[in-house]
Formats: sequence, C-alpha cells, structure tokens
Amino acid sequence: MKTKKTREREHDMRNYLISTVTASALALVLLGMTSVRAEDAVDPNAKQGGAITITYKDDVATLDPAIGYDWQNWSMIKSLFDGLMDYEPGTTNLRPDLAESYEIAPDGKTFTFKLRHGVKFHNGREMTADDVKYSLDRVTNPKTQSPGAGFFGSIKGYDDIAAGKAESLAGITVVDPYTIKFELTRPDATFLHVMAINFSHVVPKEEVEKYGADFGKHPVGTGAFKLAEWTLGQRVVFERNPDYWHKGLPHLDKITFEIGQEPIVALLRLQKGEIDVPGDGIPPAKFQEVMADPEQKARVVEGGQLHTGYITMNTTMAPFDNVKVRQAVNMAINKERIVQLINNRAVPANQPLPPSMPGYDKTFKGYPYDVAQAKALLAEAGHPDGFDTQLFAMNTDPNPRIAQAIQQDLAAVGIKASIQALAQANVIAAGGDKAGAPMIWSGGMAWIADFPDPSNFYGPILGCAGAVPGGWNWSWYCNKDLDSKAAEADSVVDPAKAGERAKMWSAIYGKIMDDAPWAPVFNEQRFTMKSTRMGGADNLYVDPVHIPINYDNVYVTDVQ
Amino acid sequence: MTNPIAPELSATRRMPAKPHAGLWRRLLKRPLALLGLVIIALVVVGAVLAPWLTGYDPNEQMFDGLTLEGAPMPPGAQFWLGTDLLGRDLLTRLLFGARTSLIIGIVANGVALLIGTLIGITAGYFRGWIGSALMRFTDLMMAFPALLLAICLAAVLQPSLWIVAMVIALVNWVQTARVIYTETSSLSEREFIDAERTIGASAPRILFRHILPHLVPTIIVWGTLGISTTVLLEATLSYLGIGVQPPTASWGNIIFENQTYFQAAPWLVFFPGTAILALALAFNLVGDALRDILDPTQRGRA
Amino acid sequence: MIAYLGRRVVQSVLILLGVSLITFALLYLLPADPVRQIAGRSATPETVENIRRQLGLDQPFVVQYWHYLTRLLSGDLGRSYIQRSEVTELIISRLPASLLLMVGAIACEVVIGLTMGLIAAVKRGTATDQSLMVASFVGVSAPQFVVGLLLLYVFAVRLSWFPIGGYGTWRHLVLPSLTMGILGAGWYARMMRSSMIDVLRQDYVRTARAKGLARSAIIFRHALPNAILPVIAMIGIDIGIFMGGIVVVESVFGWPGIGQLAWQAIQRIDIPIIMGVTLVSAFAIVLGNLLADTVAPFIDPRIKLR
Repeated sequence: MKTKKTREREHDMRNYLISTVTASALALVLLGMTSVRAEDAVDPNAKQGGAITITYKDDVATLDPAIGYDWQNWSMIKSLFDGLMDYEPGTTNLRPDLAESYEIAPDGKTFTFKLRHGVKFHNGREMTADDVKYSLDRVTNPKTQSPGAGFFGSIKGYDDIAAGKAESLAGITVVDPYTIKFELTRPDATFLHVMAINFSHVVPKEEVEKYGADFGKHPVGTGAFKLAEWTLGQRVVFERNPDYWHKGLPHLDKITFEIGQEPIVALLRLQKGEIDVPGDGIPPAKFQEVMADPEQKARVVEGGQLHTGYITMNTTMAPFDNVKVRQAVNMAINKERIVQLINNRAVPANQPLPPSMPGYDKTFKGYPYDVAQAKALLAEAGHPDGFDTQLFAMNTDPNPRIAQAIQQDLAAVGIKASIQALAQANVIAAGGDKAGAPMIWSGGMAWIADFPDPSNFYGPILGCAGAVPGGWNWSWYCNKDLDSKAAEADSVVDPAKAGERAKMWSAIYGKIMDDAPWAPVFNEQRFTMKSTRMGGADNLYVDPVHIPINYDNVYVTDVQ
Repeated sequence: MTNPIAPELSATRRMPAKPHAGLWRRLLKRPLALLGLVIIALVVVGAVLAPWLTGYDPNEQMFDGLTLEGAPMPPGAQFWLGTDLLGRDLLTRLLFGARTSLIIGIVANGVALLIGTLIGITAGYFRGWIGSALMRFTDLMMAFPALLLAICLAAVLQPSLWIVAMVIALVNWVQTARVIYTETSSLSEREFIDAERTIGASAPRILFRHILPHLVPTIIVWGTLGISTTVLLEATLSYLGIGVQPPTASWGNIIFENQTYFQAAPWLVFFPGTAILALALAFNLVGDALRDILDPTQRGRA
Repeated sequence: MIAYLGRRVVQSVLILLGVSLITFALLYLLPADPVRQIAGRSATPETVENIRRQLGLDQPFVVQYWHYLTRLLSGDLGRSYIQRSEVTELIISRLPASLLLMVGAIACEVVIGLTMGLIAAVKRGTATDQSLMVASFVGVSAPQFVVGLLLLYVFAVRLSWFPIGGYGTWRHLVLPSLTMGILGAGWYARMMRSSMIDVLRQDYVRTARAKGLARSAIIFRHALPNAILPVIAMIGIDIGIFMGGIVVVESVFGWPGIGQLAWQAIQRIDIPIIMGVTLVSAFAIVLGNLLADTVAPFIDPRIKLR
C-alpha cells in the first residue's frame, strides 16, 4: 500500500517553515524563504554519465503522480515529476523545488509560492502557475480517482470538488504566471509537506488530455528523467532530461528498471555484478550470508523507516471494548521474538510513532512484556480463563508467520485466537466493517508515513474520521477529545513553535496508549544493498522520501 | 486440475458381474500397486499416530528451534528433519500435515465423487433437457481454468479446512460426471434396463438397483485417482497461501511458509515436496492398477 | 461437417458466456470493496461513493453484468482498477511470454513423453518398460511448484546452468518449460506407449516383420508415424492442463505471462484483470478442445466426430 520511508534522524522542524519573528506588522505578507541554490546540492565528486539497473518484483502499475502509490513507483514518479516543495536529498528537510520561495500568512491559512522561471516539461513547454493549479484541480477531482485526493482537504473549495459540485478548487488563485496563492479553510502545519508529496506534482494539461486515462503510461513531467521505454511487465527505462532546470543533475544518463524479478534472483544477480540495486531489498534467506561477509556488508546501507507494525483491537467488540483486555494483549506480546523472526531487521515498538518521527517520546516506557501481569488484567476484566477470538493477517510471507507468533503469545495468557490469513483487500474490507475483525496484524498493509510529520499517524488510522464503515481505523477507536487536540496541534503553523507542537502530538499518542487500541509491535529498518560502482552519500540509498534510492543524485564511479 | 491419466479410461466396456471378487488379492500381486498401498499405509499410520511418534507439538514454536538470527535448524539429532522458520519441528509438522492431506483427500474427493456421480447418472438416464442442461453445465466447468476457479472460490468463501475441501470438491467433480454420464447412457440403452422400464419399475429403483451397481468399478477407480488430484490441488492452494489456515500444518503451506529460505535450507521444501509427490503417486499407482483389474478391455493398454 | 462445426462453435460461445457469468458472480460476491482500494485510505465516504458511481459498481448485479457483456462483445475487457490500464492491453503485452512458455512446455512434453512411450512400447514387459511407466506416474503426480523449486535449486542455484528466474533468453525458458512439461510428459508417455502397442499389433506391421524388415526400420518407418498421430491430436486438450498450471509456474519462476498477471491481480482483487485472464484462459481451453475434436478425426480415422 503505502510506501514511503524515512531515514532515522531527528527531524529539524526549523528547516521546514519560516515565518516572521520580527514582530512588525504589515500583517499579511511574511518573509519568504529563498530557495537553496541548486548548485549547492550537487556532490562535487559526482561523475556524469553511465547507466544503472534496478530490479523490482511487482509491476509498475502507473507513473501518473495523481495515482501511483506503490513501493516501486513512488520515487520513479519523483524523478519524472516535480512539486512545489521537496526535501534535501537523503533527508527529511523541506526545501522549495519548483517553487523558488514561499510566504505564509500569520494566520497560517494563506500560502503564496513564487515559481522558478524557465522550468520546462519534457515536451518543451514552460511550466507556469496555471499548470500547478490544473494539477491540483485534477488530483482532487473524483473523476481522476486519485488515492491521494484526501490530502488536500484543507484547501478552500475541496469539499465542493470532492462532491462533484465544482471543477476547480476555489482556494487556489493564479496571481501571475509565476505566482500562485493557496487559501486554506484552517491553519495547516502539514501543508508544505502536502505540497511535496507525489499527488501534488505538476503535470501538463495538454499531455494529460492527449492520453486521457493512459497518461500514467505516457508520463510527461518536469523531472530529472524522462520515460524512454516501457515494456509492460518487464522493463521501464528512464533517460536523462538534458533540459532539467536543476543544473548539474541528474548524474546518470540512463536507468533501467527490470520488473518481475524475485528478490532472491535480484540479489544473486547483484552478487554477479549484473545489476546495481535490488529495489526490494535483501531477501531473508540471504540476509545472514550477506551480513556475515565483510565485503558484501560494506555495500549495505542501513536506515530507519517511518513504519510501525501493529495489532489493532476492535474497541467496539467484546471483549476488546474493555481497556484491561487491550492492555493485557499489549503485555502478552513477545516483541523481541517477533523481531528475531524477521532476522532482527526491526526494533520493538511501544508507541504508534516510529523513533525517527518528530513527536516520538523517547522516555515513554509503554507496556512491558509481562505474562503474569497480562493474565492478572484478563482476570480483572472477567476473563480468568481467556476467551476465543480471531486474528486477521495478510497472506503473504512473513505475515502469516508473524500472526502465528502472536497467536502463540496470546495462547500463553489464555487468549485463543484463530488466524484468518487473507488477501490484502479482504483484510482491509474486514477491518472496515464494524463487526468484521476483532484483531488485525497490520503487516504488509502497515502504516508507512506519507510524509515525516506526526499527524500522519493519526487521522485515518486512529482518529474518528477513519472509524467509519470502509475506513482504515480498524480499532474503531474514536476519542473526540483527542480529535480536537489533534486539530489544535495542526493549527500551530509557526515554526518557532515546532517543538511545542511535537510535544502536543507526543501527549496525544501517550493518551492513545493509555486506551491501548493498538499493540505496537515493531518498527522496520531498511537495508539497501548496492553494487561496488555506485557512488554518492550513503543517505541517498536510504532516502526517506525518494525510496529506495534517490535516482537524481546518485552516480556511478566507473565512467570517465 | 485434470487428472492426466483419466482420458484413457474407457467408458464403453462391459462389466464383469462381480467386480470386487478377489480385488485385494489381485491388487497385491501387482508390484506397483503394492508400492502404492505401502506408501498409503505409511502415511495413514503416520497421520494416526502423529501425536505419539515425536516428542513435539506441531504448533509449538520452540526457543531452541531457531538461531539467534532467526534462521531454522538443519536436520540433526534433536530435530530429525530440522525446524521451520518459526522454530517448530518439521517432522512433527509433516506427520500432522499428513492428516490434512488425508482428510482433504477423502472428504473433498468423496463430495466430488458424489456430485459427479449424481450429475452423471441423472444426465445419462434422463437425457432430454435435464440431461443436456446438466452436461452443458459440465462442459462449462471443463472450460474453467481449474486453479483460477479454485482461487476465486477460496477468496469468496474465506478458507478453513472444510471450506478448502468444499472448494476442491466443487472444482473436481467434472471428470467423474462425464465418465458416469457416458456409462449410464450406454447402460440405459441395454435390454435389461428396457425390460425393467416396461414392467413399470420406478426411475430411482432402476438407477439404484440396476445401474449403480454396474458403475461401482468406475467409481472405485475414479475415487482412487481423484484422491491424487485432490491432494495436489490442496497442496497448490496452500502453497499459494489461500489453503488451509495456519497454524494447521499442511504439506503445501509448509512450503509456502518456508520458501523464502529454500536456498539456504532446501530441506524445508524437499521433505514436504517429497511427501506430496509420494502420496499423489501412491493413489495414482493404486488407481491405475484398479482400472486394469476392473476393466479387462483396457488391460495392457497402460 | 460444416453443420457440426457450426454447432460446436455456438456451443463454445455459450460455454464462454457461462464462464463469464460464473466468474463475474463469484467476484461480485467477494468480501472486499475495490472502490476502497482505488480511493485510498484518506478518502471521504462521499469520494468513495462518487467513484463507485463512476465505475457503475452501485448498480445491481444484473445491470453490471450486462454492461460488462456488451463491452466484451466489442472486445473491451474494461480497465484495471489498480493498474488503471486497459485490461486488453495488459493481457496482450503478457501473452507472448505465456505462449512462448506454452510452446516450450509442449515441446518438452512431446519430446520427452514420446521418447519414453516409444521405448516403453518397444521394450514392453521389461524392467525398462516398468521403470519408464513408474517415471511417467511420478511425472503426473509431482506438484508443479515443488518440481519448479527443486529444478531451480539444483540447476540454477547449485549448478548455475540456468538463470534463477526471469525472462529474455532461451536459457530462461528451459526450467519453466521443463517444470510444465514434466506433468504432460507422463501423460504423453502413457498414450504413446499404448498407441504404439496398438500399432505394433496391426497386420501391416506383422507383414513387414514377416518380410524380414529390420526391427528399427519397422519401428521408425512404419509404426512410429502411425502411432504418433493419435497422440499429437491430443495437443489441443493439453492446453487445458497448461492453463491449470500457469499461475503457479509463472509465479515460481517470475515469468512475465498472464498467470503472473492474474496472481498479482488476485492479491489485490483487481477484478477486471481476473475476469480478463479467466476468459482468455477459458477461450484457449475451449479452442483447444474444439481443435482436438475437429482435427483429430482427420489425423486418426479411428476417432469419430461426436
């Protein structure tokens, strides 16, 4: 499902917003932030030219930025298209991209972006503010059927377009060809992140209209690469965009993505030097072998990931409507062992947020693994002999195995959970049905953040908005008080108060853990392996945004 | 999944009066059938005595069943066939997996045989619109890619042991129906059936008293060959992760759960794979011998 | 003959209609909501309903099926929910790989099967015959995913003779074809053996033998051509067996054919693709049966038109 990842690193909120600290006054217009000069970001050691090969197992479904939402196409789209904002390569630090600068009104409800001049689409036409507006109107229009439309809910006029009552977002105004203004219905601290996700990337109207629903097979953007070849189910080839606005990028002339390659095959081919990066990572059976060999281990880059694997408990279904039962489950799970089952490629979790997310509470102790205490809580809740229930899980490895480990842990405290290992879509449907699934192991469908902000772990999965039929809040946990606290936190747009905002979110997740609608199990770590000829900083290979690697900034060392 | 041995079975032979006479004795005289029977007997014994043959619980995930890095144990003194990726004893799971295979083999195939016989006999005896409607439906089922159909059915019904058995039965009755149909229609044209009709015997009486006994050899042969097909289909569904639900052991899901390790630990694929092959082979060998014995016109042809 | 063919074609079309109806009904009953997959997890209920309306999924079953059928008649298999491409385009792009695998598999099974059957028939009653027949039983009893994994382990991982999977050169084709072919080879071996034994009993063979022709000449010049014909006529039926194994074998070997497409679609309940692949497979099976039934009588006069 969701596919982005982030490096383990403290997120520096100061970099992502700037507003007026100078108390002065002219009310509306604040200081804009000038862009990082393009040349600064280029690695001086980088060599120009060369071609690399990346492999993936699953099909690239589409390269339409309004639609693509898979592991493999997420950063491919980022290399073909650009948005107003992006992140510094290898980090979670926001910076302007197609925008040159931006300004935020003090009420946090008006954002004005100045666009870069001379940016050209792959078809040669210059990109202007009209294209930005068109792209956002398109992604929010229900006819586009974008899975990301919901991210733009704070823009004025969103409700009308979502209901099919308007064709255009009332809150977006093209001031001049290089200036665009967004008006929001509420202050939104996450808005700049939203302007950096793929769904807001800029597309040229004439090409979209030319290809219609097949635009995703004929992508035309402003990005560092353009599509050269696409053989369905087998191969996608990108070639360098010589007119890319960011001088000096990209370094590579060509990237070939080979599709339908099993991770195990990909790794063996890497060992033979046939490919450069296996996009799906190191398969479990080979992980030990690779890590035991110093030469191979040196080519592995490890990074954190904005991911949490968790067990949901349906808080509206007996006996999980009793908080003591939910707490007992939290104490019954042996997380260390589950981490062992996936070759220690994760760290045990005790709260919804992953460690690299702002708002993660290092001091939070969570529920300890304590079988006796779990039994005591169950007895207090009136289930001294446990009870029967069901645990749903996705039916692709390793999820059925993890579900069986959870099942054994639950059995140790008397909870007899039968496993329903089903296709992803069936599990999602069961979770979205109030009487559908008592417990779900989230693996394979787990929440990986769309952008590095704590609010991203709340909305649809723990907030009241998601606790509706067909929603993603599989715990059916709805705490109105926390909903208003979340809204309060997200209205803190002032970057000077970023630390305060993170604390507000920590408090929200702390409260959630008191109610224990989830049993957080682990946070996955990323391990990317590369060929010897690949160059560039390590953090480009575990880029939190451009996954698995930042195609625009890496290079090969064996060219002239 | 069609049983590829099937098309050879002649549908137009004439029946011996007492098909079962000396069946066992004649079966045991054939070395291949004997081999099949021995394998089946071993599997049955293993399945029945499973709880007592090893000291382990099939579902217990043991601490010492895994290395600290989470890798399975190779075959050795403590775990004879090694452990799986959850640290469970592979031999114990194989023995319990035999239960799954046999239960599915017998139940699913029994139901398939029942459906196939009922449809075949009805269509063959009544002909007319009932007969052709039933046979057109059978043709339709023949045109389905069987595995895809089974996968779709399993997705709709959400698998448990019994649901998997039903899914397999719903996919596997077709060939039986066709054979029974052909035999029934040729039988019901014969004089002694006509005679029964003219003296006013009811249709059920004719079907059950006169036609069905003649079909017994065919049903025995198909019942045996069908188990082989069924065992393979169950293994395949479980291998795809849509068969029997964990932690119930099945030979197919043992391979499914462990195949990511198959290069480092090939025994996790090799042992259950051999078990599936052996059981399917055994039923095919016995079924083939039964056909030779029960169908003299076919003797020597295969 | 024309009338017979006409009747068979009409029957085949009706069968395909039935297949489409049953598959459509099964997928309609699936306990999963495709619209939720399309709309993403941040969608409001209004957006979800809007998309449902656009796709016509709010309509009653009969109406939905009717729409599907009318589009189908104009060759339109719809658009994938997840991949958002025309299903026809997706299938066509993957069909060459599946057809290549089919050719490879049939070549394997015919060559291996006929050779085994021929030797067994000639050496009838000997230990060679017995062991070949046991081998043919092993072939039809072996689960394809096990055969595939073991062939991969031995010939690709250990011996490195062939690539571990993927698509492109003839070397990629060998192991998947062999995996597919082993099942069919068992079947062909048994048919070939009985067909050959029948032919060897014929008068003209006896005459030839009486005339003192060399044994090899009798077998290869006289008996073999006659024995092979009825076996070859069965290749049409083989397509059905092939289609049964394609999902598993293509997923074991990462072969980019329609079986892999179907399996990916099943995981994500991409209904238009599942429908499309099922119909294409059923079409192939029906066509194969039709070929077997109409061509076989010309090749082998002993088989009569039904």
